Amino acid sequence: MNEPLIPALTPEDFTPVHQREDVHGLSRPSRSYWQDAWWRLRRNRRALASLWIVVGLLAFALIGPLLWRVDPARQDIDQISQAPGADRSAVIVAPYQPWSGQPTAAAPVQEGVLRLGDVPTSQAVRLVWDALPGASGYRVYRNDYPIDAGMAFGLPIIDVMASGGGHYEDRLNLRPGTYYYSLVVLNEFGEITDRYETRQVEVPRVITEDEVRQRGLVPEEQALALGDTVYLAFHPLGTDYLGRDVLARLMSGARVSLFIGIVAPFLYVLLGVIYGSTAGFIGGRLDQLMMRFADFVVALPFLLFMILFQVVFGLGPGQSGIIPMMVALVLLQWPATARLVRGQILQIRQEAYISASRLLGAKTWYLVLRHMIPNTLGVVLVTLTFAVPNAIFTEAFLSFIGMGVAPPTASWGSMSNEGLATMLTHPHELMFPALFISLTVLAFNLLGDGLRDALDVRMRSVE
Amino acid sequence: MWQYTLKRIFQGIITIWFIATATFVAMHSVPGDPLSSERATTPAIRANLEERYGLNKPILEQYALYIGSFLKGDFGISFTQRNRQVNDIIREHFPVSATLGILAVTFAALGGVLFGALTALYRNRLPDTIIMFLVILGISVPSFVFAALGQLLLVNINNLLGFSLLPVAGWGTVAHMLIPALVLGMSTMAYVTRLMRSSMLEIIHSDYIRTAKAKGLPAGRIFTRHELRNAILPVVTVLGPAIATITTGGFVVELVFAIPGLGRFFVQAVQQLDYTVIMGTTVFYGAFLVTMVILVDLLYGWIDPRVRVQ
Repeated sequence: MNEPLIPALTPEDFTPVHQREDVHGLSRPSRSYWQDAWWRLRRNRRALASLWIVVGLLAFALIGPLLWRVDPARQDIDQISQAPGADRSAVIVAPYQPWSGQPTAAAPVQEGVLRLGDVPTSQAVRLVWDALPGASGYRVYRNDYPIDAGMAFGLPIIDVMASGGGHYEDRLNLRPGTYYYSLVVLNEFGEITDRYETRQVEVPRVITEDEVRQRGLVPEEQALALGDTVYLAFHPLGTDYLGRDVLARLMSGARVSLFIGIVAPFLYVLLGVIYGSTAGFIGGRLDQLMMRFADFVVALPFLLFMILFQVVFGLGPGQSGIIPMMVALVLLQWPATARLVRGQILQIRQEAYISASRLLGAKTWYLVLRHMIPNTLGVVLVTLTFAVPNAIFTEAFLSFIGMGVAPPTASWGSMSNEGLATMLTHPHELMFPALFISLTVLAFNLLGDGLRDALDVRMRSVE
Repeated sequence: MWQYTLKRIFQGIITIWFIATATFVAMHSVPGDPLSSERATTPAIRANLEERYGLNKPILEQYALYIGSFLKGDFGISFTQRNRQVNDIIREHFPVSATLGILAVTFAALGGVLFGALTALYRNRLPDTIIMFLVILGISVPSFVFAALGQLLLVNINNLLGFSLLPVAGWGTVAHMLIPALVLGMSTMAYVTRLMRSSMLEIIHSDYIRTAKAKGLPAGRIFTRHELRNAILPVVTVLGPAIATITTGGFVVELVFAIPGLGRFFVQAVQQLDYTVIMGTTVFYGAFLVTMVILVDLLYGWIDPRVRVQ
């Protein structure tokens, strides 16, 4: 009796086994590449903060000038190199009257040889002195700093070759603040001796009624009397060495710096993408040739050629120098992106999904648009973000050495350049633009790091 | 290896030729010419000057003469500084820039490797946080701010001490070089630190480090022999381009610290349209940079045998 090879089958054997529904369903909603990248970026707190800083800077450049309506080129000659928060009050006085040389009734009573002949104001400082025995003449000096032993007397203002007492009226470029006047005795040859006397003079800011009206510091209808206090124009971040409002200049400088910093990288990254993808896609000898040319351009000494191009494109009168700088940046900076994109394209061409797509009958254009470009876009975006701080640095650097934007156009770099001269006495003129450059570069660098971590799986930084 | 070296040298020569040609083309498309200043007063004087500098010849002949004199190593005579050879200008001022640059690269490489290794060893602890914060600062703050701040700091320190600890500006002694070189190397140091950190972190987790630990090597030996030596490799590759950025980046530092380097001369020459000085300096710098990059590439092949095989 033969045993059947297959045991007897019952209808039950043909009922489907219990299906586990849970393994088939999606446990999470499906996310596209860009949704995933956005999700990663949002979880990166540093990148998100820098994204907000970038938005803030753009708002500062675009909306700022609409809110703070001060002409960045207007010079406030009463307030030159004023630090933020400096005293803006001015007392109204009568217009300037010539002085006879005799101490006036209002003159403060003082001890010593060198005395004030009148109330000192930013209009004039009037000095009188008594005769000193043995003196053939006197020299008056003015200094911004106290006179210590062995220190300089400061700016020599006048020599008076008369042995008797004398007087002098100082109206030379007076600013509100403290001055130290020194009277030095001269011998018969007109040489200074070691006998001197120094007087500290506090100079308050004064203004005449005409000037107040002319500059529109008070409403038309307001009555003014001598001795009233008026306030000069308000400059929240101070003024520069020509009395221009630093905040307004920072805003218009932001437009220039951010324009160059964002548009130039956008253009050269675009050029690099076109060049690199063409080379990578065509391949063969043309690819070799194109990449060799890119290698040559990389080898050009970058800053030297930036400066050369600035000159080549020439600056006519009234031009700002922004366009030459953009052209130079684009001409010199595209090869890095071109190399990167070419490498990406060559790599993607080898991928199995491209072959699969080809097998299914995809045309070249479909492959490029559907697979190649979207798959390189992440890398390109990261390159673009890192290119922005680079371009901003280059602009600042060139403007700093005086080969960038032409005055009176303000950029953060040219403002830093101007601020360098007054760094010791008025550091705010250098510090504010430098702070903005640093903040922008920092924000774009951190954003670039975040984008790279979010978009590029292979280049994700090690933590 | 020899074949590779020869190929690189040949490529380098072609690159230098390209730089020379690009400079020539750029200079000859500049509006205006160096003789339009006060010197060429009459047409006769102008003609004589053009004759002397070869400006009256056809452009192709000028190009041939230009390349020919470069091959002989002669960069011609300056337009604005009478009877001064461009070679002399380079000979006099390039050593200054080069000394500053080499010192800056040394600072950057040593500091970067040291700080990078430290951050990797103390990952996510206080030294790491502090150094990485400084690195971000070093990358984000422009060099002229560092230069200005460095100078301000020196002034204050000298004032406080009552004597001159380090000179504030100028050139001549080692004391003059320290602060400018440090300022110049700052951003490269930050970059190298970052690179060193990630390269070090990668190596710490590699198999051969685990093997070294497993066979009981002391930690110090693993650090010097295995980790540091391997982590330094990527740093070497960036040194070539770093020398390039540092030598040209020296412009700002030379400006702020009043150092008589080639950078200042170049900017001055560009402003005065001094053709020969501009072309000479650019080609010289270009050749210098190309040589540096090739040397670093060859050095890399020598250090890392894996590169040689490819």
